[in-house]
Amino acid sequence: MSLNREQIAQRVAKELADGYYVNLGIGIPTLVANYVPKGIEVMLQSENGLLGMGPYPTEDELDADMINAGKETVTAAKGAAIFNSADSFAMIRGGHVDLTVLGAFEVDQHGNIASWMIPKKLIKGMGGAMDLVAGAKNIIVTMTHASKHGDSKLLEECSLPLTGVNCVKKIVTDLAVLEVKDGAFHLLERAPGVSVDEIISKTAGKLIVEGDVPEMSFD
Amino acid sequence: MSGFDKVVTSYADAMAGLKDGDTIIAGGFGLCGIPEGLIAEIKRMGTTDLTVVSNNCGVDDFGLGVLLQDKQIKKIIASYVGENALFEKQMLDGELEVELTPQGTLAEKMRAGGAGIPAFYTATGYGTPVAEGKEVKEFDGRPYILEESVTGEFAIVKAWKADRYGNLVFRHTAMNFNPMAATAGKITVAEVEEIVEPGELEPSQIHTPGIYVNRVIKGTFEKRIERVTTRKA
Repeated sequence: MSLNREQIAQRVAKELADGYYVNLGIGIPTLVANYVPKGIEVMLQSENGLLGMGPYPTEDELDADMINAGKETVTAAKGAAIFNSADSFAMIRGGHVDLTVLGAFEVDQHGNIASWMIPKKLIKGMGGAMDLVAGAKNIIVTMTHASKHGDSKLLEECSLPLTGVNCVKKIVTDLAVLEVKDGAFHLLERAPGVSVDEIISKTAGKLIVEGDVPEMSFD
Repeated sequence: MSGFDKVVTSYADAMAGLKDGDTIIAGGFGLCGIPEGLIAEIKRMGTTDLTVVSNNCGVDDFGLGVLLQDKQIKKIIASYVGENALFEKQMLDGELEVELTPQGTLAEKMRAGGAGIPAFYTATGYGTPVAEGKEVKEFDGRPYILEESVTGEFAIVKAWKADRYGNLVFRHTAMNFNPMAATAGKITVAEVEEIVEPGELEPSQIHTPGIYVNRVIKGTFEKRIERVTTRKA
């Protein structure tokens, strides 16, 4: 069975470590915040200028001056800091954010990512994504392994305009966990009940499979 | 106005001198922390051929989006413009020139512009469409692209409190691009929720020193929220 959105987020959350500063993109990455493993603390960075993002406000707490990078109303967690956009991207660009999790349209075997533009269809802008992929120490991409039409999103070379080059380290899809290194995808884990053959058939780029590939575990 | 007193009492005085073809640097992130009254005044003035530098361009009927209704904007430099149907139409029709710029690069363009730094190298955008036509230089084996800073004839920002000398304090995430924008205008206008007397703001808590600010006006704000998200109490 392929993973649903919540399960992808749950698997990504296992990559979190105590004391991490983390930036979560819009969509599945946002859900990762719901699955932070017990016993570890992470602080969420929102690139509009908030380090220590808390949960959504109650109706009573609602404040137009407190939003996240997705323009949703949020609260500040205990110990949060608020700062301007230049400071926010100094943290990002300067390599102070430990982990960035973001979605993508395509990733290729060189760690290139395309996530912001589909020519003639979707031209809304890159927001902070290009800065995040250029600056974070570790980048995990979440996406479905293939499109609705069955086209692989893990390619030899991205076909869409890039967001960044040689930057993606790990990918968590609905079928697998993969590492990107030395010009290839390396299969680390497969979703429960998903065969290695299915993953091979849905990976267009160079895929390296070594030994028995374990199933993901969810505890 | 006398001495360091920057307070003006009408929007006409606040935006006096803005002319066709000017560049305006604007603070705000989405609809959060935007100078609502100053934008409305620019619409009322009907100034055209404007270049606007701002992270976003509002929505169809609020924020900078209202300046699209009468085609006052010639060019916009922004990082994300996805909330605005009129914007998309004018862009696709070729009536609006759009320079999509990574958010951190945009903030740094304003910061550098205000700090007298004409350009800077950044790894952001290397190998992407953003790098087209830009100088590439390697430092420590990593390629960087050269990005030029921005300044404008005007900067328009929104602050929480100002004193009469133009010292500004921002509230929560309504700070965003406002402090950088404030440094990058030849004439910087701050629209604020409250004006206090000099000495009432704690000097070490001031976000934008008054030297960057030329005019201060007290505004009233709708503070529209783009995405209301709440949890159960």
